[in-house]
Parts: sequence; C-alpha cells; structure tokens
Amino acid sequence: MRDSMIDVAVIGGGPAGLAAAATCAEAGLTTYLIDEQASPGGQIYRAIADTPVADRAILGADYWRGEALVAAFQRSGAVHLASALAWDVTPDLEVAVSVGGGSRFLRARRVIIASGALERPMPVPGWTLPGVMTVGAGQILLKSSGAVPSGRVVLAGCGPLLYLLAAQYRRAGAEVALILDTTPAANFKRALRHLPEFLLAGSYLAKGAELLLSAQRSVEIVRGVDSIVAAGEGQLRSVRYNVRGQEREVSADLLLLHQGVVPNVNLSMAIGCAHDWDGEQLCWSPRLDAWSNATVGGVAIAGDGAGIGGAAAAAERGRIAALDAARHLGVLSEAQRDLRAAGPRAALRRAMRGRRFLDLLYAPAPSFRVPADNAVACRCEEVVARQIRDCVALGVPGPNQMKSFLRCGMGPCQGRLCGLTVTETIAAARGVAPGMVGHYRIRPPIKPITLGEIALLPKSEAAIKAVARG
Amino acid sequence: MFARLPDLKERAVVRLTVDGRAIEARAGESVAAALLLSGVLVVRTTPVSGAPRGPFCMMGVCFDCLVSIDGEPNRQACMVTVRDGMQVERMQGARKVDP
Amino acid sequence: MGAFDVAIVGGGLVGTAVAYGLARQGARIAVLDEGDVAFRASRGNFGLVWVQSKGLGMPEYAAWTKASSDAWAGLRDALRDETGIDTAFARPGGFHVCLTDGEMERRREQNKRLHNQPDMVPYEVRFLDRKDALDLLPGLGPEVVGVSYCPLDGHANPLKLLRALHAALARRGAAYRSNTPVQRIERSGDAFALTTPAGTILSGKLILAAGLGNARLAPMVGMTAPVRPQRGQILVTERVAPFLKHPLVTVRQTDEGSVMIGDSLEEAGFDDRVGHAVVAMMADRAVKTFPALRGVRVVRTWGALRVMTPDGFPIYQQSAEHPGAFLVTCHSGVTLAAGHALNLAPHVAAGCLPDAAFAAFSARRFDVRAAA
Ligand SMILES: Cc1cc2nc3c(=O)[nH]c(=O)nc-3n(C[C@H](O)[C@H](O)[C@H](O)COP(=O)(O)OP(=O)(O)OC[C@H]3O[C@@H](n4cnc5c(N)ncnc54)[C@H](O)[C@@H]3O)c2cc1C
Ligand SMILES: Cc1cc2nc3c(=O)[nH]c(=O)nc-3n(C[C@H](O)[C@H](O)[C@H](O)COP(=O)(O)OP(=O)(O)OC[C@H]3O[C@@H](n4cnc5c(N)ncnc54)[C@H](O)[C@@H]3O)c2cc1C
Ligand code: FES
Repeated sequence: MRDSMIDVAVIGGGPAGLAAAATCAEAGLTTYLIDEQASPGGQIYRAIADTPVADRAILGADYWRGEALVAAFQRSGAVHLASALAWDVTPDLEVAVSVGGGSRFLRARRVIIASGALERPMPVPGWTLPGVMTVGAGQILLKSSGAVPSGRVVLAGCGPLLYLLAAQYRRAGAEVALILDTTPAANFKRALRHLPEFLLAGSYLAKGAELLLSAQRSVEIVRGVDSIVAAGEGQLRSVRYNVRGQEREVSADLLLLHQGVVPNVNLSMAIGCAHDWDGEQLCWSPRLDAWSNATVGGVAIAGDGAGIGGAAAAAERGRIAALDAARHLGVLSEAQRDLRAAGPRAALRRAMRGRRFLDLLYAPAPSFRVPADNAVACRCEEVVARQIRDCVALGVPGPNQMKSFLRCGMGPCQGRLCGLTVTETIAAARGVAPGMVGHYRIRPPIKPITLGEIALLPKSEAAIKAVARG
Repeated sequence: MFARLPDLKERAVVRLTVDGRAIEARAGESVAAALLLSGVLVVRTTPVSGAPRGPFCMMGVCFDCLVSIDGEPNRQACMVTVRDGMQVERMQGARKVDP
Repeated sequence: MGAFDVAIVGGGLVGTAVAYGLARQGARIAVLDEGDVAFRASRGNFGLVWVQSKGLGMPEYAAWTKASSDAWAGLRDALRDETGIDTAFARPGGFHVCLTDGEMERRREQNKRLHNQPDMVPYEVRFLDRKDALDLLPGLGPEVVGVSYCPLDGHANPLKLLRALHAALARRGAAYRSNTPVQRIERSGDAFALTTPAGTILSGKLILAAGLGNARLAPMVGMTAPVRPQRGQILVTERVAPFLKHPLVTVRQTDEGSVMIGDSLEEAGFDDRVGHAVVAMMADRAVKTFPALRGVRVVRTWGALRVMTPDGFPIYQQSAEHPGAFLVTCHSGVTLAAGHALNLAPHVAAGCLPDAAFAAFSARRFDVRAAA
C-alpha cells in the first residue's frame, strides 16, 4: 500500500460496505475496502466465505444472501484490505489504517464509512462474569467456528436477533434451557399504530413469525421479565430474575444477553461528524443529507452505522452513497446518479417498511438501559452506576466531565460499550433528555495501537518545533 | 461450555499453547473461539480490581478477551486468527514493560 | 438564583482551588461553570507539579511555584481527609530528558540564566549524563544524551484533584452550578450581579477564574486578561504495571498505571483537535527516551488549550475600579493548586492582595510594556 491518492476509501466490509465498494469500483473508481475482519461479510454475513457450517439450513436463507454480495464485490475490482483497522480520518481525508502492526495513511478523494452496528449494552448486575456473553457473540461463534454451547444456556433480553439465535441453535440441534424476554408489555400498544405497515412488509412478517414459532416450540420462554442478575463467584453459576413481582433463580453455565443493536459511531464521532439523539431507536445517529453525506466534507455514512435499518437496507444505502461519491468525482452526472439510484431507493423504501413497528415493539425497557446502583456501567474501568449518580449529585452535567471524575470511557474500548449507558444514566438522574446530556468526545486512535506504530508516522518541520524543547 | 457441531466442513487442525498447555483449534478460528472451545473461559484478570474476565462480544468491541499472543500483551483474542505454534498466555492484571 | 459571599466564575482547577481555600475560611460560595463540553484545560493537562525551569523573566514566579510545590503535600492530605479521594501527589524529583547535545546545551544555558536572576529563590538542579541518569531512570534509550534533575519536581492526578476539589466544596456547602455561563457582570449597590441563562446571581466578592473566558469577562469589572489559547497534545497508553517512579517533562506514569506522553506547544487558536505529525513526533521522542514503550498501546490522544498570558506568567489582581473583583489565571493550575487554595485564598478572603507578594502578577504589567 503506497501513500498515493485513491478515489474512494470504504470503511467496513458488511453489506453496506461491500455494496458501496462494488458500486464505486464498477463505476471505474479506484476503491479500497478497509475491514477489520479477516474475511468479508460484516456482522450478518460473518465468515460467509469460510464458515465451516455445512448444513445451509442452520444459518438460514437470509445468511446465504450474503454470498451474492461478496461475489459482486470480488468481481468489482475493489481492493480488499482485510484485518485492517481504520483508526482515524483527517480533514484532508487521509485514512489512518493499521495492518499487521504498522500504520499508513491512505489518501482518498471520498470516504464512505460503513462501520455497522454494535449490540446495545445490557448492564445487568453480574454481566462482567465469565460465562456471560452476548447473543451476537454466540452467533459469531456459530458462524465462524460452527460452535454451539454445551451446558445450560439462558438467553435474555429482547429483539429479533435473540429469537434468530434461538432458532439457529435449534436447527443446529443445540439446546437452550430458557429464554427470558424483557420486552415491556406496554411496547406492543405503542407499536400497534405501525402494525399495518409492518404487515405489508411481507418479508418481516414471515421472518418474525417463523422466528417466534420455531423458538417457541422448543424452549421455555418467560415473558415480562423486569430484572435480571447474573450470579456466581468468579464465573456464572445462576441467573436470578424477577417476573410479575416473583423472584426466581435458575442455574446456568452460559447467559447470552441482547437488547437490540445500535450504530457503531466511534469513528464518525472521532472525526467530528455531527450526531443527533434518536429518541425512537434510543441511540446516537450521524446527521446526514439525502445522499448519506455527513457534516464533515467528503465523508458519507451508510448502513447500520447511519441508523439501524437491517442488512437489506444497509446494502441499498451503501449503493446510494456510492452513486453520490461517483457524482462528486465526476464519473456520473447528477442525472445519471439520480437514474441509477432509483432502483436502490425503491428497494430501500421496501426494506425500511415495518422498521418503526420493530423499533417501538423492541424498545428495551428503561430499567435494562439505566442500570441498578451496583451494576457495572463501564466494564473497562469497573465503574458502577451508583458512582455515576453520586457525581451527578456533585453537579456533573455530562459524560465528559463524568469521564474525568470516574474514568468511565477511558479504558481500551473508549466508551464503545458504556457510552449509551452513561449518557442515559446521567440523563435519568438529571431528569433531562439524553440529547441534552451528550456523548463522550471520542478521539483517535479509535482502537489502541502501539506507540511504536505511531512513532513511525510522518512528521513535519512544524511538528518538530512544537515538540522539541531546549 | 462450547463444542463444535459434529458435521462441519473439514478444516485443518492448528496447534497452539495456552499458558504452556497444548490445545487444538481449527484453521480460520479466532484465538478467543479456540480458547472457549477448549474450555478456557477466563482469559484474564483486570488491571483495575483483579476480577476474572472472559470473551464477551467476540467482535472486537469490549476488550475483555485481551491475552498475550507470542509475547505481545493485550491483544484482542477475538480479532486474531489462530496459527500453528502460537503461544497464548492469559493476562494477569496490567501488562508489564521491561526497561 | 441566590446571593453569596463570593461568586467564582469557572469550575476548573483554578476556580475550584481558590473556592476551596475560601470555603475553608467559611465563606458562602457559588461556583458558576459552563457545561459538559467547554474549553477546560483542567481536564486535558499533563499533571506535573513542576518547579525546574519556571520563572525565567520573573523570579517572583519561581518563588511562588516553589512555595506551592512545598504546600502540595498539605493540600493532598487535606483533600484526602475531607473527601477520601487520593490526588496521588508525589514529589520524587523530576527529569527533563535531552536527546541531542544541542538540547542539553540550551537546557544548561537556560538554567544558568534562570538561577542567575537577582532575587531568585535558590534550589537544586543537577545535570547528569546518560550513564549517571540510568541509575535513577533505568531503561533510558541510547539516544538520550543527558538529563536535568530537580528534587522538587513531582506530579499528581489532575482529574482526581479536580474531583476532590469539587467534592470538598460540596461537603462544605458551596453551590456548584454547571450549564451556567456568566454572560454579563454589573454592579448592584455593593454587590456584583452576574447574569446567566439560569438567572441572576448576587455576590459580595467576585473571582474571575474562567480560564480563556477571562479575556471577555475581565473588562466588565475594569481589568484586562490578555489570555490566548495555546494547544498542547497528549497521548495516553493502556495501563502498565509500575515501571517509572519519576515524572519526566514529557513522560510520566500515572497512579493508575497509564503512561502519559506529552505535550506540544502550538498556536492553533481555539482548535483543540489532534494532528498526527505532532503526535508522531511525541511518540518518537518517547520511544527514544524509553525504547521499552514501543510495544505499549496508545488508547487515546487529545489536544487541549492552555490559558496563556503574553509572558507566560500568572495574573493575580484585584480590580482598582471595582474592589472585591479579583482576576486569577495561570497556565500551571496543577502545580499552583496548593498555592491558590492555601496561600492566595486567605488574601482574597481578607480583601487585599499585598503588593509585596502580588504586585508583580498584576495584568497592569502588560499595559506598561505596551506603552514602553
Ligand atoms: C453481532 C451481530 C450479529 C448480527 N447478526 C445479524 C443477523 O444474523 N441477521 C440480521 O438480520 N442482522 C444481524 N445483525 C444486524 C446487522 O448489524 C445488520 O443487519 C448488518 O450487518 C448491517 O450491515 P452494515 O454493512 O451496516 O454493517 P456490519 O455488517 O456491521 O459491518 C461493519 C463492518 O465494519 C467493520 N468496521 C467497523 N469499524 C471499522 C474500522 N474503523 N476499521 C475497519 N473496519 C471497521 C466491522 O468489523 C464490520 O466488519 C447483527 C448485528 C451484530 C452486531
Ligand atoms: C496540554 C496541557 C498540559 C498541561 N500540563 C500541565 C502540567 O503538567 N502541570 C500544570 O500545573 N499545569 C498544566 N497545564 C495547565 C493547567 O491545565 C491549567 O493551568 C489549568 O487547568 C487552568 O485552570 P483554569 O481553571 O484556569 O482553566 P480551565 O480548566 O480552562 O477552566 C476554566 C473554566 O471556566 C469556565 N468558564 C469559561 N467561561 C465561563 C463563563 N463565562 N461563565 C462560567 N464559566 C466559564 C470553563 O467552562 C471552565 O470550566 C496544562 C495544560 C494543557 C492544555
Ligand atoms: S470478546 Fe469483546 S473484544 Fe474480544
């Protein structure tokens, strides 16, 4: 990789990034796809090129749809930088990329961030115990290693992915002892208004019903769970939960938590893109124009990193952002761009149909977003919710002062996991909306890289002056 | 804790060590998956309180899977693919530097 | 919104240190601050409590700095007793590392000029070549030419200091108001009336400790605060088992184990972003200083804005036009925290900054220079 200028740098190799990169390369643009994973596919199509899972029914038809996307990407001529981390993008659109312990700048004329989604934290007491993992983690183990749990497994939380994994485990012949569903009963009433639209979106209906049914036939499901504690000394031994005022306890070897996914915004925040609080999806989303361009010049954001829309929507949003990049770079006229975008736009509308219903139905309960006093909010620095509330009482108004006072968000994950929890906990304690409280200020590198790696980056006369002191 | 499905596509066996003990993995797996599949649930103790931790997200977000790989401390086990002869050590608290 | 003995504008290290000192004298206090996102040097600094090299051009500043360093252990203990928070102050002696003969030569020269000043407070600074320095700093790289060492230098955890000051103020009943920027200051009879979006606050005394905000506020009470932002960038690493006891001007290990690497001097206006060339330069020097750091991971880099006067020295002044209004600002708020809380605050409480100790620090020195 030389430091010469390329046309488009796409960051992230899920459906959005794959579709964006293929569209750019097909339009004749020099395109690099930078992805942290060893193989393309992102989260939904994780390990699609090399999964050992032979029985295609286990992972399901939705998973294998990714094959076509990857094939199109591989045909397109876009360059794939695998196991490569994009850790910053400068105002001049130099993408800082770390591969194999060395960093370079890749100068691009346009950048498309397709960083995807993360699972929303579910900070219940005891969630740091070994033996507690996420549903997504369980799914990654299945997709990339063909691994299924062997002991007593409890799934807890809410959202389609929870039931998807239950169904995948069932098809793989793995047993799930119990599903603790935390979906608040009141959600259904709020979501009802959007049910007709959801029903029109045939694919969702089919998928939703299938998931629920296949899960229900085989597993005990407890609904209306309103608190969960992972218990054990040094390792998970049991799960305590509360349902309609009753406390119960089950022994467990593995607890998989999940309450939906949220945009992965560390990179877009670190480079200064404006973000807004999304009151329905309960997360930060980048502020974008109609072509997915962010508020930082030359940068577009596509896929779940731009707001959760699911895999089908992600690919279409990737195409739309790519077409506008091609227009900016002069290979498409405005009219050509609009013409070519018509198909993806229509497909995007179809894919997004029913999304509001899902968002409202599966909105996680406040008690699972704003943790109990003794629950760890920041896993890296082991900060519990009570400390956050104590600091609010001292007058701390937001997450940045909180970080200074408690070190929450200062660990190696740089607030990826605790950011939403800390913001929502402060907001609840202050009695204001999360949008008023704000988010951590994220700084490069968005993931730790070695000092030696940074030391080898290019320097300048001005930098020497600014640092060397006599 | 975890086991491989019986009817997987054939993948080459990869041999590595964990704290000196030999384990087997399959080509293409992450170090974290290899550890979990060989029964290693606790991969480190934290530098803050010494509490035990194991892999949590498996996708590079949580940094709970930090291990030393071939002498390099604090690597994300879920983001590194296994290689034959790899030496993995569990992290005990903060890493060291030897001046 | 209330009436107080003293209103302090600014909730950074300077404002809260003075406020804490005043609270110890029993004053009813309000600290008014901006919100979560603000230029707040107190959250972005390097944490040195530093003596060597301070005061070339103003020996009074050297003495004031040394006095604060001497008082720091008392501040640490008082804050620990009151709040349970350990600010991790230690004074093991500090180093300035030189990587070329030229740097070493300039360093000697500067030190000579500093200590040859008339009325300079005497203290020990030693120059060591690499071989001798290795005894105290094992692991120094082969490119290190030599060091200067001063036993008075130390460091503290500046974030814990800020939190401890806030916690101590809360315990002593002081009101802290965030999201309350002061927009206007007027006289209302004997009192100062401070206009904020949350209402008006009345106070008998007023302390301007708003960092860079002082430039705008000081003229409202008949003073000038010619402060400008000067950017510094810092890198911080993952936690490392203790390996470095002494602070260096550019590398130190915190009580939590992370290694801080700093810090640049740049005129960049109100831009607090990081620039890779500068970060690379600092990383390069740190690796040359301690080659073993090469493999340690950097978790974050940041830029923060120093509050800088034209000559780099603090401003301590009472308004002649509006007695009771004080201006307090400096660019070494960690080092001087003990001085502000224990040495300056009692004079403010008494309503008088004695000329003998404080005349040199008045911002009027800049008028004189401008006129000359
Ligand atoms: C663990 C998990 C499992 C999921 N499983 C399913 C599922 O089975 N079915 C379903 O419908 N939906 C699933 N989802 C939802 C899924 O996120 C989306 O539907 C879809 O994958 C979004 O596609 P995307 O292209 O926006 O991002 P993703 O598919 O998330 O891809 C983003 C890619 O970018 C990479 N990346 C991010 N930042 C950087 C960077 N700075 N440098 C380099 N690379 C970077 C990531 O490693 C990832 O490979 C899952 C989500 C998660 C978090
Ligand atoms: C990179 C860097 C490294 C440093 N290293 C060291 C070091 O090693 N040792 C050392 O001693 N010092 C160091 N310093 C300097 C030290 O951080 C500062 O001297 C100190 O923090 C200044 O404190 P302050 O309270 O005056 O300013 P700030 O911390 O900037 O606080 C000013 C406060 O006033 C508030 N404010 C502004 N306007 C208004 C208004 N109108 N109304 C209400 N509130 C207002 C702001 O929101 C802010 O909270 C460093 C600084 C930097 C930038
Ligand atoms: S398991 Fe979360 S980062 Fe590896």
